[in-house]
Amino acid sequence: MLIKRAPDVTPSEITDEKVYRARRRFLQFSAAGLILGPNLLVGGAAAADKLGPLKKGPYATDEKLTPYRDVTNYNNFYEFGSDKKDPAANAKNFRTRPWTVTIDGAVKRPAAYQLEDFIKPYALEERIYRLRCVEAWSMVIPWVGFSLAEVIKKVEPTSQAKYVEFTTLLDPTQMPGQRPLLGTGLDWPYVEGLRLDEAMHPLTILAVGLYGEVLPNQNGAPLRLVVPWKYGFKSIKSIVRIRFVEKQPVTAWMQANPSEYGFYSNVNPQVDHPRWSQAYERRIGEGSLLAQLTNKRKTLPFNGYAEQVAHLYAGMDLRKYF
Amino acid sequence: MSPERIVAIAKPFVFAACLIPFALLARKVLNDDLGANPVETLNRYTGDWTLRFLLITLAVTPLRQLAGWPYLVRFRRMLGLFAFFYVCLHFLSWSWIDKVFDWDEIVKDVIKRPFITLGFTCFVLLMPLAATSTNAMVRRLGGRRWRALHRLVYAIGIGGVVHYLWLVKSDIREPLVYAAILVFLLGYRVWHYLRRRVAAAVPASP
Repeated sequence: MLIKRAPDVTPSEITDEKVYRARRRFLQFSAAGLILGPNLLVGGAAAADKLGPLKKGPYATDEKLTPYRDVTNYNNFYEFGSDKKDPAANAKNFRTRPWTVTIDGAVKRPAAYQLEDFIKPYALEERIYRLRCVEAWSMVIPWVGFSLAEVIKKVEPTSQAKYVEFTTLLDPTQMPGQRPLLGTGLDWPYVEGLRLDEAMHPLTILAVGLYGEVLPNQNGAPLRLVVPWKYGFKSIKSIVRIRFVEKQPVTAWMQANPSEYGFYSNVNPQVDHPRWSQAYERRIGEGSLLAQLTNKRKTLPFNGYAEQVAHLYAGMDLRKYF
Repeated sequence: MSPERIVAIAKPFVFAACLIPFALLARKVLNDDLGANPVETLNRYTGDWTLRFLLITLAVTPLRQLAGWPYLVRFRRMLGLFAFFYVCLHFLSWSWIDKVFDWDEIVKDVIKRPFITLGFTCFVLLMPLAATSTNAMVRRLGGRRWRALHRLVYAIGIGGVVHYLWLVKSDIREPLVYAAILVFLLGYRVWHYLRRRVAAAVPASP
């Protein structure tokens, strides 16, 4: 007797074809990295690193993109040094495969995923966001990633989960800034956190690429957070752990200097950093020295995303909760 | 060749050498080669060279004693004035390029931000030293008062290093290098002073 079984629905039937192809390409590339060894994955952007074509995500700004060269050579990533050029130089041989992402804490489905499995369920989108650093400079970056909310829904936080805590890889052999004596002075590993509703907000993404390519090491490969209405240091890089907790996490910068860095760290031109004003910013990669005299721009509340996120903080004194 | 002659020949070369950092900076500015954040680069570069020239100036006295070549002191004024030259560039970089002469912002920063308060104070304290650097001013003040005034440079050196320490966010390695050099240069003076006092006290004792 011939038993005929209806074929399973293939992923390509459910997902938009372009997205599906982009995802396949990402996975094929990742698999190639596993087979051929790390050489293919290091040394910046080779032609093979392409992730596109990608679905256009929401909230895209139409401002001029910061040049790729600046996005990938002017970085704050203290694990690799505190000079802006250090990460590009010192992260060259950083191994991003194999990579495990652990989800634990107050969730119904805690798990440790291989990066490829962790990313697989999600359609990659391009999200063009402003990035405002606490040091009063800014960029416009076309990230590639997916909504963190989708991940959170999938792992089912319990009622105890009030905050999400993120942790960066701890590996002083690869990350010279983490060395105990001659490091860059933070308590490692780097920890960041969001309130659950902030983490669930549709603007919040986990990024695996930028400019349509696999995320360069110096930008937080292989997986980083992007929270565009907060200062850049909240967007933690090279994530290995996502933990759901009841109490507000103590972040790396709060630990280092609680009077200067608060948990929320929303971009706010009215609340100065104790050592510099936050009223203005400079776009990176915009012109010569004399051009700097005219290209100072006013910083916007919530980095210009007030319409989307201000309601999250209704009734809160943002001077107190900086 | 007499030491006088060596000093006279060397002076233009030392002067030119002191201008090298400025020439390199000028080339970067003209070639539009100040990196992704030109303002930050300019602030840091001019600040770095101010501190370096302060330390070089403070190194003259220990060096001339250790090397046993007193004529080194003949370069001290020039080196000190170069520290002042670079701090003027540093101030211009900050007040003009960075703050675009927004005096409201500048005054607020000087009052509110301790590292700027300190940096600005050191800049102001350097002014009388630069102004009294001529031979005529030394004569007018008299050697004793002139020396007392110019001891301010010790405080300015300490202030400059602390200004840098207070600026960085968490990586204090580089400011600590400057601090270590400064501690050596000032420590040498303390040691030298104490040794001389002991030596002076010995013959006086019965």
